[in-house]
Amino acid sequence: MAYLELKNVSYVYPNGYTAVEDVSMAFKEGEAVAIIGQNGAGKTTTVKLMNGLLRPSKGEILLEGESTENKTTASIARKVGYVFQNPDDQIFQESIYKEIAYGLVKQKMSHEEVKRRALEAARLCGLEEDLEEHPYNLPYSKRKFITIAAIVAMDPKVVILDEPTAGQDRASIQLLGDIVHKLAEKNKIVITITHDMEFVVKYFKRVIVMAEKKVRRDGGPREIFWDEELLRFSSLKQPYLCQLANLLGYRDILTIDELLEVDL
Amino acid sequence: MAVISLKNVSYRYPLEENQVIKNVSFEIEKGQVWGLIGANESGKTSICNIIRGFIPEIYRGELEGEVEIKGKKIESYGDGELASVVGYSFQNPFTQISGVKETVYEELAYGMENIGVPRDEMIDRVEKLIQIFHLEKLKDKNPFQLSGGQKQRVALASMIALDPEIVILDEPTSQLDPQSTEEIFEIIQLLKEQGKTIILVEHKIDLIAEYCDHILLISGGEIGMIGETEEVLTDPKVLTYGGQLPQVVLYFLERRKKTGEKGKIPLTVEQAYKILKKGGRN
Repeated sequence: MAYLELKNVSYVYPNGYTAVEDVSMAFKEGEAVAIIGQNGAGKTTTVKLMNGLLRPSKGEILLEGESTENKTTASIARKVGYVFQNPDDQIFQESIYKEIAYGLVKQKMSHEEVKRRALEAARLCGLEEDLEEHPYNLPYSKRKFITIAAIVAMDPKVVILDEPTAGQDRASIQLLGDIVHKLAEKNKIVITITHDMEFVVKYFKRVIVMAEKKVRRDGGPREIFWDEELLRFSSLKQPYLCQLANLLGYRDILTIDELLEVDL
Repeated sequence: MAVISLKNVSYRYPLEENQVIKNVSFEIEKGQVWGLIGANESGKTSICNIIRGFIPEIYRGELEGEVEIKGKKIESYGDGELASVVGYSFQNPFTQISGVKETVYEELAYGMENIGVPRDEMIDRVEKLIQIFHLEKLKDKNPFQLSGGQKQRVALASMIALDPEIVILDEPTSQLDPQSTEEIFEIIQLLKEQGKTIILVEHKIDLIAEYCDHILLISGGEIGMIGETEEVLTDPKVLTYGGQLPQVVLYFLERRKKTGEKGKIPLTVEQAYKILKKGGRN
């Protein structure tokens, strides 16, 4: 059974703007899923619906098989953690440790439990050396990891990352990939919005393509990045290596090794 | 003549022990497009801040060495004077939006109002920017209601509105989808054709390889590598300095290991295709 499911969900903002239309998707434990699509395709609205920040105008959302309609946002967010696109929307404490521990302290956990969980989350996100720093002493790219750690520390079943790859260097992208895999290994569901197609190819087996407010495809990276009509319709591009393979007349290639194998 | 010149420049932020920029020297000629690359926290943004005069004017701290813009010492520029020569688009678009204007249209005109551009010219320039940056559908919206990517386009457009000779773009596409990213790079190409000197901080290395003619790779506050794009970005040493290589280059480096083929390594998909369709050797 799916842990989290959106069934024919639409959302209309109070100003009358429809941001998502008739969206359905389901997630099982242990899955890492990427959501891709143009700016304005409805990706962020969709994930905000998942964690109760927004409520469907139509359709329903099931968490552990139960409708979330009458559940509080706080109770949904305990199971579905959302890491904001802009870390500065989320950070407000004066040290990284306090920022990560904040939600745990609020839940009145024992001091030892708070410390254990906060340190584990900090280690996962590569922040163990910076715990006493003020969050704003770190650059934007690293502040993103603070917000990830703060959500992970709360131990929600679903972790949603909204454009974590924006502005990240090579080492940080690798760290993000590791975080995604380690969480999935712990049977979490990791849902990641990203514009980095190389990142998608490298770390995700399931990809959801959104365009013009709707889900256009839910499948593996190979079928998606080699469906030129889908890419055109969704204003997406093939990863560079696929573009090269395509020009050379090969199909269904995703990695350097695969291209070497056919082209040598 | 160099439009930007740094000689033995070092910089330390206030209250910090270590210098974030260490004895950096380089010159940029008019009309060149430089990709400024390197790991996060390597000092890329600090270099931009030095060229824009935010260091030491706003951030204070200890700046050593000489910085010249268009042959004139940077400290001899007045505040407004430097702003109209060096345009700067911030890394985080959320910081660039003025917050005092209610529509994108007014936001675009805001900088021009401040430096006293005549009304007719202002309207003319705003209309052009709306067209170039594809902002037709957004022009009547409140800048704060825009998505991250839309904000980024508006922030960049409002900087270009001031028509600066030198343009510094600090990760102008970090929040953008692939198509909008390519549109920004097309705008960079347009600015290049207008003869602007451009410094582009960016992690999207495949696009840097396509659009920049020179690369400055910063590593730990020092110059790691510097030179023409086709020399720097085909060299695996880039990786040891915390930089990235284009996908096509990575493919060719792997390929060469297996085949022993020699010759120029291509930077872009197009160049790679031309070489490979001839059978791999050039």
